[in-house]
Amino acid sequence: METTRLIIVAVGGQGNLLASKVLGEAALIAGVPVRMSEIHGMAQRGGVVESAMVFGDAESSIISDGEADILLGFEPAETLRALNRCSKDTRVITNTAPVPPFTVSVGLGTYPDVEEIKQLIKAKTAGLVAIDAMSLAREAGSPMSVNIVLLGALIQTGALGFDRKDVEEAIKRRVKPAFLDVNLKAFDMGFNAAANA
Amino acid sequence: MHKLLQDRPGEKIMLLGNEAIARGAVEAGVAFATTYPGTPSSEISLNLFQMSQESDLYFEYSTNEKVALEVAAAAANSGLRTFCMMKHVGLNVAADPLMTLAYVGVTGGMVILSADDPAMFSSQNEQDNRYYAKFGNLPMMEPSSVAEAKDMIKDAFDLSESLKQPVLLRTTTRINHSNAFVTFGEIKPRNTKGRFERDPHRCVTVPAVSRGLHVKVLEKMKTAARLSDDSSYNFVQGKGPLGIITNGVSFYYAADAVKDLKLTDRAKILRLGFSNPLPRKMIADFLAGCEKVLVVEEGEPFMEEAVKAIAQEQGITIPIKGKSDDLFSRLFEYDPAMVREKMAAFFSVPYTPKTVVDTSDVPEIPMRPPNLCSGCSHRATFYEVKQAAKGMDVICPNDIGCYTLGFLPPLSTGDFVICMGSSVSSSCGFSKATDQKVVSFIGDSTFFHSGITGLVNAVFNHHNFTLVILENDITAMTGHQPHPGVDMERFGLSGYGRINIEQLVRAIGVGHVSIIKPFKVQKSIDTIKEALAFKGVSVIISQEPCALYAKSLKLKKIRPFMVSDKCVDHRDCITTIACPSFYLDKDNRVAIDANTCVGCAVCAQICPENAIRPLKQ
Repeated sequence: METTRLIIVAVGGQGNLLASKVLGEAALIAGVPVRMSEIHGMAQRGGVVESAMVFGDAESSIISDGEADILLGFEPAETLRALNRCSKDTRVITNTAPVPPFTVSVGLGTYPDVEEIKQLIKAKTAGLVAIDAMSLAREAGSPMSVNIVLLGALIQTGALGFDRKDVEEAIKRRVKPAFLDVNLKAFDMGFNAAANA
Repeated sequence: MHKLLQDRPGEKIMLLGNEAIARGAVEAGVAFATTYPGTPSSEISLNLFQMSQESDLYFEYSTNEKVALEVAAAAANSGLRTFCMMKHVGLNVAADPLMTLAYVGVTGGMVILSADDPAMFSSQNEQDNRYYAKFGNLPMMEPSSVAEAKDMIKDAFDLSESLKQPVLLRTTTRINHSNAFVTFGEIKPRNTKGRFERDPHRCVTVPAVSRGLHVKVLEKMKTAARLSDDSSYNFVQGKGPLGIITNGVSFYYAADAVKDLKLTDRAKILRLGFSNPLPRKMIADFLAGCEKVLVVEEGEPFMEEAVKAIAQEQGITIPIKGKSDDLFSRLFEYDPAMVREKMAAFFSVPYTPKTVVDTSDVPEIPMRPPNLCSGCSHRATFYEVKQAAKGMDVICPNDIGCYTLGFLPPLSTGDFVICMGSSVSSSCGFSKATDQKVVSFIGDSTFFHSGITGLVNAVFNHHNFTLVILENDITAMTGHQPHPGVDMERFGLSGYGRINIEQLVRAIGVGHVSIIKPFKVQKSIDTIKEALAFKGVSVIISQEPCALYAKSLKLKKIRPFMVSDKCVDHRDCITTIACPSFYLDKDNRVAIDANTCVGCAVCAQICPENAIRPLKQ
């Protein structure tokens, strides 16, 4: 079986860890071996959260610089920061809605221009799908569903080779019943947005 | 029912490494578990704590790792299966009982878990605790994956029981914090009622007894060495003249590298999972069948040096390499590409690494350093101490916890941090060695862990400093575990005592004790000034629950604040306290994010214009 390496970067609180658990569950449903590693020590204190997911035959659970097949970024500057995990063959999916770091919020730092971020990523990698996942999440019913919007976009690209039904089933298993409808809608909106991106 | 208590053997479930370890302990019939929480081990104990509330498993958060190990040692010598877990530096705290418990041994199976943290994702050093096994004569096992960790702990209990010796289970962050599918096994029945049989010639370590025990422990290790040579956790994979010896997560990096480099017919791997004592015969046989050997292990050259010694004894002169300037480093963690590259170089096979995209033209991306939370009481206390100490030449020893972040500007209240409890004892040293004013900080959980003895020392030796105890009612950094000063009713649990820090500090004989409520800014500053003026040891207890914990318990009604048009934009609020709820709005004026503001009102009290007001809702 081919090995596919996925890196997910996010800011603490964006629901990265739930997103990777959903993908892990989808892998179980699809019968694809998966190993995942996460670094989340300072997540609650505003830091960056990174998950690595290795699907297929490789046994390692972490991903070296330049070796991600897919980079899924929940925040545009963090997607850019993670470019060192990419090669020219990497496919990138990113949210375009910034979560400015504190230094930027209070005028002590400059946030890179989002259009420039997109151009840079596009020029250096095998392709970029950029969507405003925050607006879509709000439209779906909750800004908290930004993670599932992005999963929808990821699955639409086909980069993982997962059937959307498997991922929807995984969402049903992993998301609390009260939030299920919002999340299924969020998944669908992300999927459609990527199709039209 | 807790998901890890479910008696459904054969079911496949995705678990975090630490959950898998907790499940493995339950399947092994563990009856007694103790810990002091520390990343990357904390989720093991959290799950055992939860399971203890709905089963007859005994679990306790002990005051520190030494206490945890001594409590566990007694249970294991009463015949119970006992599990004691901690982070790597915690084993330093527990090293005293560890070294002699190894002489005494156990009657029930005992596993001591050390969660090492290569690359220091959340630790103050990256010491390699495998040396504790060698140093202390403890059999050691090291898993390479989440699933293996669950099964290994069961065998570690069996091994401990058969040798009557505690077994060290050594993991690294990449095991503890990886997720993988694990298959539930059967849960062995727990024996929760122990009995201690008096055996003073084994259990009372006066010199005359210990001389005999040292002989015995070396005999036990001889038996362990034979078991290691026969253990299924030590195995050879593949065939060929090129040899790789590896352990832990490096095993999979090496296995992937062998495949990627197309060395499957030329290289074999010796994976060591029962790694103290090392399987000397197995290693000798392996070396005899190799032309050259690469040792792949994160951390120190623990296996490499032993393998070289075995080669010397056997008269084997093949090249054996691991750590060197042109191969592997003793620093940080390994990754698959690194192992692939070093392996290709050592075995002289062609390898073209993937080219990382050129990031030289990427604009500067603002960093996202961790920050104290919105409304964190530590921020208020740090600010107030700085105000009270204005103009003084101050040293601020700090300690291990969220509040270590106080060292970052603009608070800049951390000058010296080495280990848990060091704030207090190092203050003793600074106050004698210098003429500078010393103000140190320690959290409540850390104070119970190892701050009390330093404070006793300070009173006895008549030192001169101010200690600020940050009493936020929880062990916040590692995920809100209780400590001896916590009201356990908040956890919905009864049957616990509660230690009052103020009474404790007064009982020690501290000359000047004061309490502040850090969200009352001016009053706190005045109180701190008095404490700083006191000659001798003064203690300030700053009382305010952790903001995150208070929020999760809904302890307070949250009343956010806003910046009114009285603001004249000098931005004192941002530059002095830097609460993450501040931002600049479209007009570049200071604003407060009402979604994250918890209404501590500290900024409202320091704004010279009185421009910060409660938001009308």
